[in-house]
Amino acid sequence: MDHLLVMPIILPLFAGLAILWKRDASARFKRLVSLSAMALLVAVGVALITMASDDTIRYYALGDWQPPFGIVMVLDRLSALMVLLTSVLALFAGLYACAGQDEEGSNFHGLFQLQLMGINGAFMTGDLFNLFVFFEVLLIASYALLMHGGGKARTQSGLHYVALNLAGSSLFLIALGVLYGTLGTLNMADMAQKVATLDTSSAGLTMAAGLLLLTVFALKSAMLPLYFWLPRAYAAAPAAVAALFAIMTKVGIYAILRVFSLIFGNQAGALADMASPWIWWGGLATLALAAVGCLSARDMRTLVSYLVLVSVGTLLAAASLPGQQSLSALLYYMPQTTLVTGGLFLLADLIDDQRGKAGARIVKSRPLRQPALLGTLFFIGMAGIAGLPPFSGAIGKAMILQATPEGARVWLWSILLVAGLCAIVAASRAGSTFFWRSSEGEASGPLAGPARGIATAALIGAAPLLALLAGPITQFTDATAEQLDHPARYIDAILNPDPENQAMPMSNSEETP
Amino acid sequence: MEALYATVTGVLTACGIYLTLRGRTFPVVVGLTLLSYAVNLFLFSMGGLASKSTTIVDSSFPYADPLPQALVLTAIVIGFAMTAFVVILAMRTRGDLGSDSVDGQRTDEPREERK
Repeated sequence: MDHLLVMPIILPLFAGLAILWKRDASARFKRLVSLSAMALLVAVGVALITMASDDTIRYYALGDWQPPFGIVMVLDRLSALMVLLTSVLALFAGLYACAGQDEEGSNFHGLFQLQLMGINGAFMTGDLFNLFVFFEVLLIASYALLMHGGGKARTQSGLHYVALNLAGSSLFLIALGVLYGTLGTLNMADMAQKVATLDTSSAGLTMAAGLLLLTVFALKSAMLPLYFWLPRAYAAAPAAVAALFAIMTKVGIYAILRVFSLIFGNQAGALADMASPWIWWGGLATLALAAVGCLSARDMRTLVSYLVLVSVGTLLAAASLPGQQSLSALLYYMPQTTLVTGGLFLLADLIDDQRGKAGARIVKSRPLRQPALLGTLFFIGMAGIAGLPPFSGAIGKAMILQATPEGARVWLWSILLVAGLCAIVAASRAGSTFFWRSSEGEASGPLAGPARGIATAALIGAAPLLALLAGPITQFTDATAEQLDHPARYIDAILNPDPENQAMPMSNSEETP
Repeated sequence: MEALYATVTGVLTACGIYLTLRGRTFPVVVGLTLLSYAVNLFLFSMGGLASKSTTIVDSSFPYADPLPQALVLTAIVIGFAMTAFVVILAMRTRGDLGSDSVDGQRTDEPREERK
């Protein structure tokens, strides 16, 4: 059963290859392969999360080359959670696309699967260079997906997105080069061990490389001042792709959590927690400006893009706080914000469809065809994302507020609560224009249809569902936070191959295969 | 050798950054390419530059670190694919937007000649 650990990568890879190989096949064949692969992926995600729940950190050595020399895939609670979250989001985003959006351009499903492979790979890998490779895999698929269907807005925002990310990749490689120069390894567990015993002469260089890595991850997660590409790119992307992209910023946040809790975490000697002040202020500034962005949005897609940024700012600010409580709160907040923003991108597309020329712009236009259905979804989604009770956003935000230490409260409490207010104001303005202030005219747009309706409702339904399941989820995230807060366990699990001997460091001191 | 190597990498990076910040797509593409060349050279040197050592491990001779060579190959392949993609994208932008400015603004004449 150990092979289960590579399934999140192998499964989309083969599904993607099969679809690209049979690229002239009927749309039905491609949809069938794609959806069944993603349904299997959800099953794999559930299996992985059950496996990870026993608190053992497992690894899969590719080609049986043992760490620290070979490349390993690591399964701990955090990576299992992220893989499950990705697979659920992808299943419904893919289902939405099957209603017709996939046929607007070519090779949608193949690229979608390869993108999933890149995202899952980034969550599972235990090697920093391998993380770079998976970043590139997910990026090159996302470049093509972003421009799926074509059009001026997509090409233009695509060019910005590609140029920025290519520059980001160069920075990533420079950081990797410096880190290899000072630490002599790229296996994350081994790096963590080497950082702790680093001699002072190379500490400065390592710190510079670490902060360079932070810049790259900040670009991926869209931290101020590196977020300006996001609203345009996400607003221009096709709905199903924008929904999947809701996880892409979280890849950056995951990388920050992983690298700065494991390699530069509390055991890193002179470099312990060196990135925290940067992440803290960057997160707060992102949060504040994204709130202003919400108020200025004139289109529902732009509004949702800024709501993505609000959640990024919240997550980053929480990630920089010390202690397990804030980590746990962050991990509870992350799934709901990812799923609900994904659902809102889909909803924006449904609203766009039924309003004719006005589209998703927040202006008076003809009435919607299904105001009750779309209105309910809109209300639940926006209330969930803005953090109103009884939805899970409120619980997540309350947990983050509670976990903030005394000195930091002035900043986080005020900015987070005001940002929530801005989100509510922007959402109610958009909602009342869409659903109540319609001009005279016949409602004549196309109906949502079963596939698109189910996909949107399922993703937005995460807001009440995760609130109902708050008990078991917080138990899981508490344990995840504890695991993240003790990097020694991760290092032991990787560099000490026999799990039974973990308690006795003398019994197996050899690291060579 | 180190001084020469460092200078070459540095100059390439500087040129790459300058060109990346230009306002038209072609210089930006060339800048990104130069940047990736510089990064490849930098990666190649990350295990330390060693002259007079073998590339194949043999216990009787000192050998060069083999990992950077493997990594730089990966980086070259990825960089090559990305360059090909961004060239096509730049052409597509020119076609779709009717302009080769990165902001997509249509200018009747090149900015340099307007004065």
